[in-house]
Amino acid sequence: MAQKALEYGLKADEYQVILNRLGREPNDVELGVYSVMWSEHCSYKSSRLHLRKFPVTGPRVICGPGENAGVIDIDDGQACIFKMESHNHPSFIEPYQGAATGVGGIMRDVFTMGARPIALLNALRFGEPDHPKTRRLVEGVVSGIGGYGNCVGVPTVAGETNFHAGYNGNILVNAMCVGLADADKIFYSAAPEPGLPVVYFGSKTGRDGIHGATMASVEFSEDSEEKRPTVQVGDPFAEKLLIEATLELMASGAVAAIQDMGAAGLTSSSVEMAGKGGLGITLNLDKVPQRETNMTAYEMMLSESQERMLAILKPGREEDGYRIFKKWGLDAAVIGETNTSGNIVLLHKGEVVCDLPLAPLSDDAPLYDRPWVEPHAEAPISHADVPAHDLNAALLKVISCPDEASKRWLWEQYDRHVMADTLSDSSTGHDAGMVRVHGTKKALAVTSDCTPRYVQANPYEGGKQAVAEAWRNLTAVGAEPIAITDNLNFGSPEKPETMGQIVRAIDGMAEACRELDFPVVSGNVSLYNETNGISIPPTPTVGAVGLLKDYDQRVGFNKVQPGQVIILIGETIGEMGSTLYLREVCGIEAGAPPRVDLACEKNNGTLVRRLIKTGVAKGVHDLSDGGLLSAAVDVVLSSKVGLSLKNPTDLADHIFAFGEDQARYLIAVDEASAHLVVAQAAEADVPAAVIGVASGTDLTYAGLSLSITQLREAHEHWLPNYMAGKA
Amino acid sequence: MTFKAAVLVFPGSNCDRDCKTAVETTVNGKVDMVWHEDTTLPSGLDLIVIPGGFSYGDYLRCGAMASLSPIMQAVKAEAERGMSVLGICNGFQILCEAGMLPGALLRNSALKYVCKPIELKIENRKTRFTNAYGNAQSVWMTQGNGDGNFFADEATLKDIEDNNQVVFRYAENPNGSMNDIAGLINKKGNVLGMMPHPDRAFEDALGSADGGPLFRSLVGALQSA
Repeated sequence: MAQKALEYGLKADEYQVILNRLGREPNDVELGVYSVMWSEHCSYKSSRLHLRKFPVTGPRVICGPGENAGVIDIDDGQACIFKMESHNHPSFIEPYQGAATGVGGIMRDVFTMGARPIALLNALRFGEPDHPKTRRLVEGVVSGIGGYGNCVGVPTVAGETNFHAGYNGNILVNAMCVGLADADKIFYSAAPEPGLPVVYFGSKTGRDGIHGATMASVEFSEDSEEKRPTVQVGDPFAEKLLIEATLELMASGAVAAIQDMGAAGLTSSSVEMAGKGGLGITLNLDKVPQRETNMTAYEMMLSESQERMLAILKPGREEDGYRIFKKWGLDAAVIGETNTSGNIVLLHKGEVVCDLPLAPLSDDAPLYDRPWVEPHAEAPISHADVPAHDLNAALLKVISCPDEASKRWLWEQYDRHVMADTLSDSSTGHDAGMVRVHGTKKALAVTSDCTPRYVQANPYEGGKQAVAEAWRNLTAVGAEPIAITDNLNFGSPEKPETMGQIVRAIDGMAEACRELDFPVVSGNVSLYNETNGISIPPTPTVGAVGLLKDYDQRVGFNKVQPGQVIILIGETIGEMGSTLYLREVCGIEAGAPPRVDLACEKNNGTLVRRLIKTGVAKGVHDLSDGGLLSAAVDVVLSSKVGLSLKNPTDLADHIFAFGEDQARYLIAVDEASAHLVVAQAAEADVPAAVIGVASGTDLTYAGLSLSITQLREAHEHWLPNYMAGKA
Repeated sequence: MTFKAAVLVFPGSNCDRDCKTAVETTVNGKVDMVWHEDTTLPSGLDLIVIPGGFSYGDYLRCGAMASLSPIMQAVKAEAERGMSVLGICNGFQILCEAGMLPGALLRNSALKYVCKPIELKIENRKTRFTNAYGNAQSVWMTQGNGDGNFFADEATLKDIEDNNQVVFRYAENPNGSMNDIAGLINKKGNVLGMMPHPDRAFEDALGSADGGPLFRSLVGALQSA
């Protein structure tokens, strides 16, 4: 068994803890249960200590981390439930199914709590375009995301996509789901009392995905292709049925507790429901609907077959359940009962195949204070080391590079309008996706952000920046930023340098969350993202939600009119380290990333939100990748209007144009209100300068002059050409 | 007089609520949701809507199973009596599979799902679905599907064109549809199928309100009848 424990991913000392606790050797099924519950994926054993640094409460937080998803108050008795989760390893092995089931899994986390999913987002990181696997991975992941979300009928409204050699052997697929519920009808997983029926419903259990959670917790190597059988297969139609049946079952009043079968399937759902309730649970595995014959108890408990739920019903409500499951054509069975034993007992073919005390599964769960060293931080780069290049060529290069080029080829494969409440999406020229809260004047704004090259160059500042940019994107559409979910993607925590990245990125994120009143309400940690010993760039993705009380007050950068004046909000000192200009135009990947001054961030953003609310700001765009000119191009292309910009500072023209200083926005205002805005900004201690005007059909700046057509061509051509094999 | 519509609900329909909202918003209509296993429709209807989505998963040909569902037999009977039937997206596919409209919808020519706002030329403004479009030459609606590529054999296509059955044509063909056909009506003029979504284009906040006149046309047609 000790050898088997190693094969199942348990360390020798972890196995010893189990032996000491049980006073005997666990059998195969029991070992399987322990190994998945104690996998990194389920136990957060390397990160838990540091996750405690996040602020998790706030006036709008209804439920923070620890449940299936986070819950926030969005007024009028309504709640928003959301979470982001990774499906990195499966997507690398089998991109279509890996990505599809990633979307399915995150939706289940949200509707399990009683919310109808109303928006999807995704954050994708692929290897360098020239890598032989990249094109096929992009193709598969994108069609998997679309194939699943489109069929279920939830709009995919926002996302981000990067390409970097650091992801060649380990892509990242992070999916986020946002749902809507009544604040007094949130469902939790803790079993409330003994003697209640445990009902399984949804798809049948097969042999797919066995030990998926364990796979997600180890490094990749050359033979990872052999792990293809551990990738689950998704059925979006079954998910659609599951959503409707689950919400109907909840509305019927029959549900006492509920949990989806996600990672570690039946094991994790039953252990969590009984464990959190301080009860015991007995399951008869003969009753589990099975897709294949002769399945062993071990296989059933470890299967990660998709689209399955476990519910504990209130006494005598089984018939309500069966009526609803029959209506939606779902398999269902009472497979067990809660009790006071404090143990999980599994029966199979008349034998007890598992009898484990539940408390130790969580109480004894390993918690590591992994050794870490201060991670490498890039030194600041001097302006003298950032050469000037022809501005026309430089801008075209920046807006057509893989990270910055239009991702139209991707998002045109996602249904962005189903549910008929989409106000903005990837195509519309807004910094965040927005969906209406159906039947109200409210809207939710959603965004996903991380700049991995900043985190790589300085995990602490990069962590801060990921949170700040999400906050800024919500601000830029006029929303009140409320809370975030985080998806922490890193390499092996057993390497002190990587662990240092984890620790310092979390420190930075936590500080930004505190300063911006932007608590973390849910999250996911994905470690061991490395192949053959090479770690991915640290990528702590932030998914964020904000609220607009009146969506008529929303703003984008798609309606800037000729004659409007362009004002730059925020200070520009010329942060050139780790910028796109430096990497794409100068070929240098170095330099300290832009500093994030959280007080400025808050102050500037507050002013921008006020200008939006009062109707003064007619167009708003935050400045991020590629700096001022890159943002200007977005405005030009979305609004179909030229911009004439100037450099009012002493900085060299290329520095002002491409610096990626934080806490900045471009805003467009009517000419008559421009001086007022500048005065208002001065009063609020916010740097603001008129830098140009909207006019004509060209973007002009310090000798640069490019037409809308030239800009569109440069921005749009890269990805479709690449996917067609031409780039 | 309240405009009364029924929206069919298949287990995989996902635009059923959108269609309901669109009818309620544009013509203040009353909408009944009708389950796919039902065999009868409510009485006194002015319109039956077959919504978008993936009726039974559509792992087989899109709409093929739905065309054989119990409720579709009732819809066919009502259509023969002259009831207005509007099939959007998957609804269009179902109408073709049910033989209520000619032709078929194949996989998009690029073999991908395509979601984008689409400009449509109004080809026939004399139908009961389009009379309220006035002089508008073109309208915008969003579209999202993997199988929207309209196909018919040569004789059928000629027949469709000869009878002015094409109601909407793509200004820029997104999917390989023959003759740029985006929506067409049966010969009798009471059954319209279209790939673009009027049910996602009924308010300016959604990017377009150009679907509104389609529903208002039906009310107008009733009043003048």
